[in-house]
Amino acid sequence: MPRNKDIKKVLVIGSGPIVIGQAAEFDYAGTQACRILRDEGIEIVLANSNPATIMTDSNIADKIYIEPLTLTTIQRIIEKERPDGILSGLGGQTGLTLSMKLAKSGFLKKMNVQLLGSLPDTIDKAEDRQVFKDTMESIGQPCIESEVVDNIEDAIAAANKIGYPVVVRPAFTLGGTGGGFGYDEEQLREVATLGLSLSPITQVMIEKSILGWKEVEFEVMRDKADNAIIVCSMENFDPVGVHTGDSIVIAPTVTLADKEYQMLRTASLDIVRALGVEGGCNVQLALNPDSFEYAVIEVNPRVSRSSALASKATGYPIAKVSTKIAIGYTLDEIINAVTETTYAAFEPALDYVAVKLPKWPFDKFVYAKNILGTQMKATGEVMAIADSFEEAILKAVRGAELGLSDLNHPRFANNTDAEIKEMLDTVTDSRLFVVYEALKRGMTVKELHEITAIDEWFLNGLVRILNNELANKPFVYKMVDTCAAEFEAKTPYFYSIRGGEENEALPFIEKSKKERVIVLGSGPIRIGQGVEFDYACVHCVWTLRKMGYEVIVINNNPETVSTDFDTADRLYFEPLCIDDVMSIIEIEKPFGVIAAFGGGTAIKLANQLHERGVKIIGTSADSIDACEDRERFDVLLEELGVKRPKGTTVMTEAEALDAAGKLGYPVLMRPSYVLGGQNMIIAFSEEDIREYMEIILRSKQDNPILIDKYLSGLEIEVDAICDGTDVLIPGIMEHIERTGVHSGDSISVYPTVNVDEATAAKLYDITRKICDKLNVRGLVNIQYVLYNGEIFVIEVNPRASRTVPYISKVTGIPMCELATKTSMGEKLKNLGYSSGIAPVTEYYAVKVPVFSFVKLAGLDTHLGPEMKSTGEVLGIGKTLEEAIYKGLIAAGHKMTPSKVDGEQKGVLVTVRNGDKADVVPVVEKMVKYGFALYSTKGTAKYLTEKGFNVNVVEKIRECPGNNTETLLESGKISYVISTSERGRDPAFDDVKIRMKACTLSIPCLTSVDTANALADSLLSGYTEENTELIDINTLHA
Amino acid sequence: MATKTAYLVLENGTVFTGEAFGKVGEVTGEIVFTTGMTGYLETLTDPGYYGQIIMQTFPLIGNYGIIPEDFENKEVFAKAYIVKHLCQEPSNFRCEGSLDIFLKERGIVGLSGIDTRALTKLIREHGVMNGKICTSPPTDADSDEAKKYKVVDAIANVSLKDEHPLIKSQKGNAKYKVALIDFGSKRGIATELIERDCEIIAFPHNFKAEDVLAINPDGIMLSNGPGDPSDPANTPIVEELKKIVASNKAIFGICLGHLLLARANDYKTKKLKFGHRGSNQPAKDLKSGRAYITSQNHGYTVIVDESDKNLSFVNVNDRSCEGMDYGKSFSVQFHPESRGGPLDTNFLFDKFIENMSK
Repeated sequence: MPRNKDIKKVLVIGSGPIVIGQAAEFDYAGTQACRILRDEGIEIVLANSNPATIMTDSNIADKIYIEPLTLTTIQRIIEKERPDGILSGLGGQTGLTLSMKLAKSGFLKKMNVQLLGSLPDTIDKAEDRQVFKDTMESIGQPCIESEVVDNIEDAIAAANKIGYPVVVRPAFTLGGTGGGFGYDEEQLREVATLGLSLSPITQVMIEKSILGWKEVEFEVMRDKADNAIIVCSMENFDPVGVHTGDSIVIAPTVTLADKEYQMLRTASLDIVRALGVEGGCNVQLALNPDSFEYAVIEVNPRVSRSSALASKATGYPIAKVSTKIAIGYTLDEIINAVTETTYAAFEPALDYVAVKLPKWPFDKFVYAKNILGTQMKATGEVMAIADSFEEAILKAVRGAELGLSDLNHPRFANNTDAEIKEMLDTVTDSRLFVVYEALKRGMTVKELHEITAIDEWFLNGLVRILNNELANKPFVYKMVDTCAAEFEAKTPYFYSIRGGEENEALPFIEKSKKERVIVLGSGPIRIGQGVEFDYACVHCVWTLRKMGYEVIVINNNPETVSTDFDTADRLYFEPLCIDDVMSIIEIEKPFGVIAAFGGGTAIKLANQLHERGVKIIGTSADSIDACEDRERFDVLLEELGVKRPKGTTVMTEAEALDAAGKLGYPVLMRPSYVLGGQNMIIAFSEEDIREYMEIILRSKQDNPILIDKYLSGLEIEVDAICDGTDVLIPGIMEHIERTGVHSGDSISVYPTVNVDEATAAKLYDITRKICDKLNVRGLVNIQYVLYNGEIFVIEVNPRASRTVPYISKVTGIPMCELATKTSMGEKLKNLGYSSGIAPVTEYYAVKVPVFSFVKLAGLDTHLGPEMKSTGEVLGIGKTLEEAIYKGLIAAGHKMTPSKVDGEQKGVLVTVRNGDKADVVPVVEKMVKYGFALYSTKGTAKYLTEKGFNVNVVEKIRECPGNNTETLLESGKISYVISTSERGRDPAFDDVKIRMKACTLSIPCLTSVDTANALADSLLSGYTEENTELIDINTLHA
Repeated sequence: MATKTAYLVLENGTVFTGEAFGKVGEVTGEIVFTTGMTGYLETLTDPGYYGQIIMQTFPLIGNYGIIPEDFENKEVFAKAYIVKHLCQEPSNFRCEGSLDIFLKERGIVGLSGIDTRALTKLIREHGVMNGKICTSPPTDADSDEAKKYKVVDAIANVSLKDEHPLIKSQKGNAKYKVALIDFGSKRGIATELIERDCEIIAFPHNFKAEDVLAINPDGIMLSNGPGDPSDPANTPIVEELKKIVASNKAIFGICLGHLLLARANDYKTKKLKFGHRGSNQPAKDLKSGRAYITSQNHGYTVIVDESDKNLSFVNVNDRSCEGMDYGKSFSVQFHPESRGGPLDTNFLFDKFIENMSK
């Protein structure tokens, strides 16, 4: 069936900000979708609030709305653009849920918009627990015994009937948010309460636990002619019980005999047919390891994280094919883009295995619970391809940037055997390493299997690693081709194996006539290093290709556009570790390597590569080091006559206490060489320093700890491009939050409002001096603080930063392209730019951080110098207020009325002494808006003195039945403003309040400045109906 | 574990060095690769591989060990088995032993640790090649020996020796009587028929049409099997088949059965460059437009024009013939009984039943 020619204009909805459970994979999927639509001559309207994406680039879509992904906004976009169709299955759960709401309300019909992809009926069958169960029963597919309930008493009754332990699965939540295990009634109460509160339809499923069963996934592709195929099968290392997003996964399945495999394969196809899914679909099944008994766990009727993994693991582009199906094609009409001669109607055959290892944030969040269960906690993942499980898992671990080169984890070296054995009872982020340690201590495979239920096949693989049975031969490169070499592949996508007769990369290299450049990717998505660095890498690659270079990408993140097989000339899906990278360099013999776009992952390789004689394109490895090395950096600034906050370096607690005493509290502490402010705090007291040093010295520190005077002022951020002659600043940004909140967690405003012309000129001068001194080629990001009218430098990063995508989009200055070209020796003058600060745009653009706190139990939500956000959104408006309003809405902040059903709502304010004076104007605005005030004693006393009418609330430990916690539970509170000097440790009262607010989804503001911005937004009069919809493609016309 | 070096030399002189497993010894055969990622037991016991050295493209083989109930034949007819990594510690609840020991017991030579992907590409580019597995570094004499190798009397060596009722319907009162002509039948074919209430009388490859028709079967099943359908040794089979076709009985041919039935209907067959072997081949039903994923193991194909009215299935990738429908008789190149491989085209057995009921 050829494509539907009535479809001339399509709305594509993206997945919004990166949160746990919804990461870069949807930028990859959405970008693929847009390319297909464009190839078909279809006009594309794109809606996505996430500016750090390739899909929101001007060359990807015709109309681009970086607007809040809310029902109202999407309806307004449809009314304005009148698309013929809407693509529902490519924008994650966010895009799907919005599309379904639009379809169900009749809005799409009214507007004559066709839903492209699966129909609402299909989605309901897949996503509504009860309807799903009924559907499965009707086709004889076994489900796990379960009951759907909508209140806590029924949940307990269901558990009593089914028998403990039970699993709680909330309906319609992302990445299983709010799910968990109940081993007894008390635990069930806790988990089910949260689950019910998080489910948009207040519904959870209480399900029989099938702990120990194998977890198997199938990625299915089906078209409207009912052709259905399996793209990829996957098997989890961990048995059922750990969310698949938190599981180590191997593709294809490795422990299933054909009979078991075909049974589950057929089941998956039958299920997808019964649901009527058109496009990509993910089916999760559990298999009893001792029989043919199996059960359907769940179905995701859309492109998902697993489908991104399956695409990269097989080479089969699921998002592309899903899009083609959505516009009417059938599988036998779609060409396999890897071979260019075969069709999409086949099942990929692998002649290797792919292993996925999740990347968790617990290295940063030491107090967050690192126990894995049904709620996903990983922020990203790496994938490794090899010809054995052993080699693949080693590659994955190497590439996950855990500071490990193999499976030996130093953390467990000093534990006793008994302690190790006890650790096996709980699945944590360190599961793999604990199991390995247990094998090392002499536990047998059988014993370990008994305890962990991990299949002996995997455990035997770990034993082979332990016994050093792997061949230590040089790498050769093999191709991922979808077909196990049965057909010739056209797309050079490689992985290494140890030993082998044939290096398949060589003919491509020998054929190449152009100069070659290697671009290093940014590895797994983690806090502090998100999709923005992939955006930068992809632009760098595109630019180099346009310039006539042959471009090679090295990266190991399966969720990204950079690892799409047609982004670069050649892709090496390999760890970003020095030996792996050098091995590629040895055969590719590139002219140079670009490390400036792949975030900290790439930049930290620059020096090592330089030492091995590799040319680093752009700013030199020596200059990069000069920015990272504290002493060199101090000398450099001194030479330039530029100020920075006073500070020193320390190695021990005693030195730290001494230094802090001399500098005066508060002080900022952090290890050198970090990204995203990892392990960074503001210490207000000696006690804080002791706590911090204890935590930081738990792991061996090769580099000293930095300790600086903390200056509370206006934080300013500058991205500049330098060609050796001219220095261009595309835009200066200022932060809403004062210094002390990590720049990644701050609301960033462009253009600035509090920087006068003289200051801007000074900022330019300092930037220019630094660029000249460091001999910058390409991008540099500098963070400043304006304190008492003086400019201080906080840090200099000679590379692409997280703000580059957003400033590029708003100003229309292609920053990555210019940076790439200047790195390669071109001059800004010849590219149409010159020195200076670029003229500001007529629109304000506000970047607002987005957090995933609800997924990370035990984590204090207080913002500080250590970054905590997982993603970001952009708000664009004619006025600053409008931009902030849109940004806050897009980030998920609710603008609640002060009265609901006649009942007055309130704000709970509890702030540290240093913030008391500053919170007054905020409180004034909240009162003006109509909120009642609630405060803990200290804050209440202060506010009462200032003339406010305050309801005093007791602290949790002081008054068990009537305190801040019970107040939050009462539903009276719309916002919490909570700041404290002491944070982090969940034992503290303030931390408890914040966590409680988070659990109950009450917005909690932990910086007075953020609270002020929100209060302004409440009073601004903006609504989702009256903001301007801005197509960013028209901003620079 | 001490391993012994072994070698594979191709007829063009290329040498791969790996490790011996299974029976340690020397053997010559036609090298074919299969891309199935599961189903190595079904592959090893498929008589269709008679005279061939099977190479698995999936690198991890033996993971679930030996499960005799999954065998497609009691015997292993392949000459040798090549894998990338052999699993010595299998894990599965039905596992009864390791692949290594099984091949030792069956006297089948195994070779592991070679660059299987490089070998696959050589076969893809040069077409099917013979090879010899050697226990000492190969000489020109070894590659010459490989060059001279030819699969002969394939069918005769795997077929039944005498006529006998293979398996009766297990449900007692069989509804249909099926004559199964055994060219090296996989067990799965009989299993599918029995599940559909068929009583089966099996005939050897040197059957006489009159003997088959004498039992008055409702339908005739032409099984899969090894070798070249145009081999002169098969001419008597084709002649006998012509008589059966003339009887206007329901006939269902699978794989070699499909090729021989085509020849009986005056179509020609030819050798493919390197054949189709695996669990992922797409076959399109020209009538419904549906594409199915099929299990395949064949090196020959029917020469037929795309406009031929009898052509019923084509391979989506290379447009080769995947099925013919002559009315009451029909046949497919792939394996609807699967084992190993997808069960998607299982319904063709229902079609056979329907044809028998007509």
